[in-house]
Amino acid sequence: MIETYIDETTEAAATVASRLRIDRREFLQFCAATAATLGLPTGAEAAIAKAVEKAQRPSVIWLHFQECTGCSESLLRAEHPTLEKLILDVISLDYHETLMAAAGHQAEAARKSAMKANKGKYILVVEGAIPVAQDGIFCKIGGHKAIDMLKECAADAAAVIAMGSCASWGGMPSTDPNPTGSSGVADVLGKPVVTIPGCPPNPYNFLATAVHFLTFGKLPEIDQLGRPKFAYGRIIHEHCERRAHFDAGRFALEFGDEGHRKGYCLYKLGCKGPETYANCSTIGFGDVGESNWPVACGHPCIGCSEKGVGFTKPIHMTAQLKGMSPPASYPGVVEQQGKTSFASAAALAAIAGAAAGGAAMLAKNLGKQDDVPAPKKGE
Amino acid sequence: MANHTHAPAPLGGSLFTPFTLLLGTLSAIAGVILLYRLFYGLGAVTNLNDGYPWGIWIAYDVVVGSAFACGGYAMALLVYIFNKGQYHPLVRPALLASLFGYTLAGASVIFDLGRWWNFWHIFWPGYAQVNSVMFEVAVCISAYIVVMWIEFAPAFLEKWGLKDVRQKLNKLLFFFIALGVLLPSMHQSSLGSLLVIFGEQIHPLWQSGMLLPLIYLMTAILLGFAVVIFEATLSSTGFRRQLETPVLAPLAKLMYGLLAAYVVVRVLDLLLRGALGSAFAATWQAFWFWVEMACFVVPLATLATDRARRSAGRLFAGAVLLMLGGFLLRINGFLVGYMTGEGWHYFPSLAELMVTVGLIAFEILAYIYIVRNYPVLPAAQPATR
Repeated sequence: MIETYIDETTEAAATVASRLRIDRREFLQFCAATAATLGLPTGAEAAIAKAVEKAQRPSVIWLHFQECTGCSESLLRAEHPTLEKLILDVISLDYHETLMAAAGHQAEAARKSAMKANKGKYILVVEGAIPVAQDGIFCKIGGHKAIDMLKECAADAAAVIAMGSCASWGGMPSTDPNPTGSSGVADVLGKPVVTIPGCPPNPYNFLATAVHFLTFGKLPEIDQLGRPKFAYGRIIHEHCERRAHFDAGRFALEFGDEGHRKGYCLYKLGCKGPETYANCSTIGFGDVGESNWPVACGHPCIGCSEKGVGFTKPIHMTAQLKGMSPPASYPGVVEQQGKTSFASAAALAAIAGAAAGGAAMLAKNLGKQDDVPAPKKGE
Repeated sequence: MANHTHAPAPLGGSLFTPFTLLLGTLSAIAGVILLYRLFYGLGAVTNLNDGYPWGIWIAYDVVVGSAFACGGYAMALLVYIFNKGQYHPLVRPALLASLFGYTLAGASVIFDLGRWWNFWHIFWPGYAQVNSVMFEVAVCISAYIVVMWIEFAPAFLEKWGLKDVRQKLNKLLFFFIALGVLLPSMHQSSLGSLLVIFGEQIHPLWQSGMLLPLIYLMTAILLGFAVVIFEATLSSTGFRRQLETPVLAPLAKLMYGLLAAYVVVRVLDLLLRGALGSAFAATWQAFWFWVEMACFVVPLATLATDRARRSAGRLFAGAVLLMLGGFLLRINGFLVGYMTGEGWHYFPSLAELMVTVGLIAFEILAYIYIVRNYPVLPAAQPATR
């Protein structure tokens, strides 16, 4: 059974590899990494490989509102050479203002035709918050207000994904006093959508959600805020590489102090890891391993993905601890490196002396009895 | 197989002597310290630290203790595998000493576990890490302890007059005896393998890499023979019986051959790895290395001839030196040559020492109790002097 699954995976991989002109191994690594990000069991990478091989390529319409395009950037600037190729291979990106070649009326026409051709089947991705104050006049594209455009595109979409904190819950534009009334997609549409918050979110969280849709025909399991559980099911603090320092009571107290240089916990510098749900501490950013995410770089987490934390609480304000209480006692910060007591050294010497003396005396006494006759051969 | 005159019989005699009272006191002290340790933790009793997570309770009580308890293994190997029936009278006393050595070595592990109440996890599927050498050692030693109690059971059954059970057990005993030879071969070598993964944390003089299992197995058998000689001599003098030198001398010849082979392996390994240079540095490690080597090389000289091996004094001194050598090899590998970083050091606390001393005292005490009340030592005429 294992062999068939390996064979099928290998076959699928070879097809995709030749189509995209990438290394077969790289493709399989991508499938495995995606399956791992989704927290899927062994064998899922085979299903993913097969789904990508079929290249059904769901149509995607990607809207930009009050945002900085950082979410798109994070997808495109991934250092991994195959990532952007794969994004464009697994989905058919029919409308994306930053990436599409078309401009002006052509662009609008592309959106309308894609919506018509894939009615009820396309995926709508929204990047950026939607202003609702004063009838939403603060953001217009091609003469349409953001709020109207969103409602129009969402009406016939198979699924709506809010990409980034702005689209998820308002994000940075919604910071108090929020003069434009920036709101998240779910608030505007009045129904729950899949949200991938973060500023920017990890590209793998978007990609894994898209691949899940492609492989299993449905979106992954989400929590009450629409966040995929595979990525936002746990608080950052739970899997933080500096967690041991937190538990041991070792904190950096200011930037550049001894504790900071030694990589101690950043909680007292205002790290929001203990109240932010995201997988940053397990998958890192930028495809260079776990060493590349804010906390690993020595800066406290600002809770960018969490409503009511990111862009709301001051960056260096101490986080509220969610779902945990400090241990009853802390081990010492300075560990004793070993001690020697005079009593034990003396006792050891006495025991050794007594044993040596006893053995020597016995051997000497035994030596006196050595005139025992030698045993006969063959006894 | 067993010669009639050699049939084992209880020694009898009083249990309460000044010596046994001393042993009892030492055992009781160790018991109190261990009880304290169970409630207040390792830090309250031992000098263990983050750099040295194990101390003499592992290095001596388990690693050395189980090697000293290889008498039963070595004798079973000799008598049942190589079919040397003339050594049969030595098997039961050797087995008894091994029984206590191993049982207490196994029990010591529990006291060295930080969260000792989880000790059963290692036997529980799902908790156990089956790829670990530690797992192999734990399961193997536990199995061997059970096997040894079964191997030794005839002594109890004879005493209690359970002839039926005895006969039934006799039919199955060959199986347990075979296991009793296989299991120590596995875990005694694995005790050496434990050091392999410590890599450069072990001083080059003791980091023999893939040869470690062989070195530990060879010395375990060597120690087994040495302990049999040591213990036979001690019980002869202690209980005022005739010396068993006529049986021990040919045994010493075998031991001598193994010793020579071991010294060759050890020295060749050091030479081929280019580690011998560090033996000439002015370090504690180098000093203890030379003491250890002396303990193996001196008997090589003093026990070279048949005549020397028939001298009870020389034989005893040689056996003691070999035991010391095997002891040092293990202490050096696990503590003296175990370097976990600058500044870290370890020396046992008085309480730790007293536990080890108490453990040894308890072993001797239990040995005396059993040989006085159960048929273990060959029924022999008292020494003619």
